[in-house]
Amino acid sequence: MSGFEYASAPESKAIANIATSYGLFIGGKFVEPKNGKGFNTINPATEEILSKVGYADKLDIDLAVKSARTAFTKVWSKMPAKERGKYLYRIARILQERAREFAVVETLDNGKPIRESRDTDIPLAAAHFFYHAGWADKLDYAGLGSKPKPVGVVGQIIPWNFPLLMLAWKIAPALAAGNTVVLKPAETTPLTALLFAQVCQQAGLPDGVVNIVTGDGITGAALVNHSDINKIAFTGSTEVGKAIARSISNTKKSATLELGGKAANLVFDDAAIDEAIEGIVNGIFFNQGHVCCAGSRLLVQENVADEVLEKLKKRMSLIRVGDPMDKNTDLGAINSAEQLKRIHDISNTGDAEGANRWSPECKLPSKGYWYPPTIFTGVSQSHRIARDEIFGPVLSVLTFRTPAEGIEKANNTMYGLSAGVWSDKGSKILWAAKQLKAGVIWSNTFNKFDPASPFGGYKESGWGREGGRHGLAGYLTSQVKESK
Amino acid sequence: MIIDGSESSLKKFLSDLPPVDQVGADSRAAMLSTRSIKTTSKAWAIDMAISMVDLTTLEGADSAGKVKALCAKAVRPDPTDLSVPSVGAICVYNDMVKIARTELNSIGGKDIAVAAVATAFPSGRASIAVKKLDTQDAIDAGANEIDMVIDRGAFLSGRIGEVFEEIKVIKQLCGAQAHLKVILETGELVTYDNVRKASYLAMLAGADFIKTSTGKVAPAATVPVVLVMLEAVRDYFALTGKKIGVKPAGGIRTTKDAIKQLVLVNETAGPQWLNPALFRIGASALLNDLLMQRMKLRTGHYASANYVTMD
Amino acid sequence: MSRIDVNKTYKLFIGGAFPRSESGRVYEIKGANKKFIANPALASRKDLRDAVVAAKAAQSVWANATAFNRGQILYRVAEIMQGRSDQFIDEICALEGVTTKVAKVQVEEAIDTWVWYSGWCDKLSSVSGSLNQVSGPFYNFTTPEALGVVAIFAENKPSLLGVVRTLAPVIASGNTAVLIASESYPLPAITLSEVLATSDVPGGVVNILTGKISELAPWVGSHMEIDGVDVAGLSKKQEEELKLVGADNLKRIFRFNPTNHPERILSFMEQKTVWHPIGL
Repeated sequence: MSGFEYASAPESKAIANIATSYGLFIGGKFVEPKNGKGFNTINPATEEILSKVGYADKLDIDLAVKSARTAFTKVWSKMPAKERGKYLYRIARILQERAREFAVVETLDNGKPIRESRDTDIPLAAAHFFYHAGWADKLDYAGLGSKPKPVGVVGQIIPWNFPLLMLAWKIAPALAAGNTVVLKPAETTPLTALLFAQVCQQAGLPDGVVNIVTGDGITGAALVNHSDINKIAFTGSTEVGKAIARSISNTKKSATLELGGKAANLVFDDAAIDEAIEGIVNGIFFNQGHVCCAGSRLLVQENVADEVLEKLKKRMSLIRVGDPMDKNTDLGAINSAEQLKRIHDISNTGDAEGANRWSPECKLPSKGYWYPPTIFTGVSQSHRIARDEIFGPVLSVLTFRTPAEGIEKANNTMYGLSAGVWSDKGSKILWAAKQLKAGVIWSNTFNKFDPASPFGGYKESGWGREGGRHGLAGYLTSQVKESK
Repeated sequence: MIIDGSESSLKKFLSDLPPVDQVGADSRAAMLSTRSIKTTSKAWAIDMAISMVDLTTLEGADSAGKVKALCAKAVRPDPTDLSVPSVGAICVYNDMVKIARTELNSIGGKDIAVAAVATAFPSGRASIAVKKLDTQDAIDAGANEIDMVIDRGAFLSGRIGEVFEEIKVIKQLCGAQAHLKVILETGELVTYDNVRKASYLAMLAGADFIKTSTGKVAPAATVPVVLVMLEAVRDYFALTGKKIGVKPAGGIRTTKDAIKQLVLVNETAGPQWLNPALFRIGASALLNDLLMQRMKLRTGHYASANYVTMD
Repeated sequence: MSRIDVNKTYKLFIGGAFPRSESGRVYEIKGANKKFIANPALASRKDLRDAVVAAKAAQSVWANATAFNRGQILYRVAEIMQGRSDQFIDEICALEGVTTKVAKVQVEEAIDTWVWYSGWCDKLSSVSGSLNQVSGPFYNFTTPEALGVVAIFAENKPSLLGVVRTLAPVIASGNTAVLIASESYPLPAITLSEVLATSDVPGGVVNILTGKISELAPWVGSHMEIDGVDVAGLSKKQEEELKLVGADNLKRIFRFNPTNHPERILSFMEQKTVWHPIGL
C-alpha cells in the first residue's frame, strides 16, 4: 500500500486584508448606514467571524438610488461611450492584478475551494469586465437597433454561490450599456463586493456609477420597490423571483431573472464514458452543488447504468472534502447553517420516499457546515428529490430506455435552465439539443461559462439572458416594448 | 476469452471500446495537474519517482564509458547522500546490455534491471526476422526487460493483426527472463482513441507494461495520454484480474512533471500502481532535477546543478 | 558642456527581432526642419520575403489563440503605448512639423484605436456569423475565419495613426501582417514595433518594413503567400498595378476610408459554413 497522502497544502491567508468592518459604498465613498446597524459575515468552514458589514435599510437605499440617478444624469449618460469602456477595462485589469487576494477572500467568505475561486470564479469575473468593456462603444453593432439607449438606474440583487462572478455578470453589461447600478450582494457573502468597491475607486470610476448596499431580504425588497429604479436584475431562488415579478407588475420596471434549476444530465450508451463520469461529477459537485444550472438529475441510459454507476462511485471516492483553503480540496463547505438544513431536509425525503442513498466515506471537519457528496439511485420522477432544487452536493439518478424517453423525462420539470448531453454521435447531440427545453445545453461538457456565451433559462428558471450579444438586450431600452 | 485470437475478433473488441473525448480528457488531466504536493508528500513522491526512473541513454554516440558512468549514477544517484534510493532500471541499446549488466553487478547494482530497446527501435521499420534477432541479442546479453516498439505503420493502416502477432512473438522470446514493455509511440498515433485501442491491443497480446514513447518523437508522455493509458490498465484489471504496468517516457524533465505523473497514477489506476513494479518513468535529465528538489527539501534553500553529478 | 543624446538606430521588425536590411542599404530621413533625424533601413525584396516567411509561420498559432487572448494582447499594446506617449509625440512633431497639441491628439487616437479593435476580437462571430435556418434537418452555421497573411501599405500621414488604423483590424481576427511604412514618415512605425515587441505579441504576427514603396509594391503584388492587401499608402496607379498582378492568386485587395469600422476586420476574413445533420 502506498503512502501517497497529500500533505496539507494551504493557501496563505496573509494576502487577504479584511477590515474589521465595512460601511456601505454609496456615491463613491464608504459611508455608515443611517441607522448604524450592521451584521457579521462568517467563514462557513470554521464559523469564525470575518467582518462586520453595514445593514442598509430604506433610507440608505434611497440615498444609493439618488446617487446612481445623479451619476447617470450628470456624468455617465453624457460620457462618450469609448471612455465608459475604458473604465471597464481598468476594472478588468485591476481584478486581474488583485486576483489572488480576491480568490482568498471569496473562499473565506463563501466556503468554496480555493482552487475554484482561483481558477474559475475570479478569472471569469475579470473576463466579464474585459468582454463587456469592448461592447460599450459598439452597441450599434449588437443587432439591437441603431443607437440603443440605456434603461437608466438598475437595481441588482445577487446570490451567495458565486459572489464576485455574479457581481461581474450584473455590473459589467449594465455599465457597458450606459446604466448606473445599485447592487445588493447576498447576506452571507458581502466581502468581495466590498473589495470590488475599492477596485472602482482605484479605477477612478465616477462617483455613484456603482453603489454597493449590503443587507438582507428586506434590503433587497426595498431596492426592488424603489420608485426610481428602472430595471431589476435578480439571480436567486424561483420563489423570490416570482415575488419580484409580482412586485413590479403594476410598474414600468423591467426585470431579468436568473432562477432555479433541476437540470438533467443525459448520458447515452454511446458516450465517452470516462469523460461522462467527469461531467457528472463536475455537474453536481462543482461548487458544492450550489449552482442553479447544476446537473442534479443524472439520466443514464439503462443499458449502461450499472457500468456508469460503478465508475461514478469509484470516482466519487476520490473527492477530497475539507478545508477550502487547502489547494487540494475538491468539495468545500456548505455556505450557511440555513442552507445545510435545507439540504438535509430535502435529501431526507429521498430516504423516506424509498430511494437508495450512497456517499463515499469521508471525514468531515467538526466545525463548520459540511455535507458529503451523495447520490440517490432508484429515483423516479415523482420523488421530491427529482423535482425540487436541493442546491447541494446531492445527485438523483434516474434511467431511460430510448432517446425519446430520456428527453421526455429531462423536460418533465417546471425548470428549464440547463441540460447536459453525453454521446459520441454529433447528430444525436444536435437532435437532443433541439428537443431539450433548456436555455443552456452542454454537450460532452458541463458547467462551462464564458462572457461571450448567453446564459439563462426557460420556464420557471427565469427571464432573459446574461452574457454575449443577447445579454445586452436586458440593459437597453427596447425598440418596441414599454417594459420587458 | 475476450478475443479468440483472430484479427476480426480483435478488430471488433477494439472498435467496441468506448470513445475518448479529447477535450474532456484534457480537462481531467489539467485538473489533476493542479494538485499541490508539498512537504512530506513531496518528499515521498520524490523518492518514489527516483526509484521509478529508468535511467536512459539511447544515442548513436553511446560508448562503454558513457554506459558505465550511467550505471554508477543509477546505483548511487547522489554520492553525498546515501539515503537516496537507486533507480528502477538502466535503459540502453541492446549492444550495450552486456557492458551495463557487468558494470552494475560489479558496483553493487545487481538489483537494478537492465532494459534493452528492441525491434528496430525507434522506428520499428524492419522485418519480423530482424526484429526477432534484435530481441534475441538483448536476451542473450542478459537483459531483464525488453522495451519493444509496435509497428505504427501497420496500426495506422488497419493491419492490427500483424501488430498483435509481432508483440506475441517478442513476448515468447522474452520468456521467463525478461518482462516486456510495449512502446506505442503515442505521438505518432495522435488521437486518444488510438492510444486507448493500442493500449488494449498490447495488453491482449501479452505486454507486461505499456509505454508511451521512444523519446525520439514529440509529443510524448503528455498528461492526457498517460491518463488514457492508466484508464486502460485500470479497466483491463477489472476485466481480467491482471495488472499491467505503465511507463511514460519522453518530455518528463522536471520534478513537477514527475509528480504530476504520480498524481495521475494515484487518482486513475490507484495506489496499487504506485511502485516500480507497475510504474516507471523513462528519463535522463529528470534524475538530477529530482536530486536538486530533494536537496532543497532537506536544506531549505534552492540547489545548484554544481552539487549533483552530471553522470 | 551639455549632454550628447544617444540617437536611435531604426531597423526593420521581422519575426519579433530587429534586423538591418539584408541589402545593407539605408535612406535618409530629415525632419520638418530639414535637419537629419535617422537612416532607417531600405528594405529589399529579400527582407519582404523573410517577413512573409515569419508572418506565415506565426499565423496558425495566432489564429488558434482564443479571441479573448488576442483581445488581451491588443489591449496590452494600448497600455504600453500609453506609457510611451511622449516618445511618440516628440517623434511626430519632429517628423511632421506639427505642434505638440496636434501630435498628442494623434497619439491618443492611435491608442484608442488599439482599445477599440481589442474589444472586437471576441465579438466578430456574434455580429457577423450566423446560424442559418435551412430547409431540412440540418444544423447550419456560418463563422468568420482569419484569411492568412495580409500586407499593408500604411497611410502616409498621419504617420503613427496611419499605421495603427491599418494594422489593428488586420491582426484582431488572427491574420498576421507585413506592414510597409510610409516612405516619407516611417519612424513611428518602427517605434511602434518596439511597443509590439514588449506587449506579448508573438514574434511574426506583425512585421514592419521601411523603404521605397515603388520598389516593394510589385513584390508584394506578386507574392503568392500573401492573401490580402490594404493599399492605403499606394497611389492610384500603384494600386491598379498591384491589383493586376495580385489577380494571380486572387488576393483580397482593398482601400478603406481612414476610419474605424468592423468591416475592415471582416474584409480580411473568410466565411465558413458548416452543415451537420440533426437526428438519431
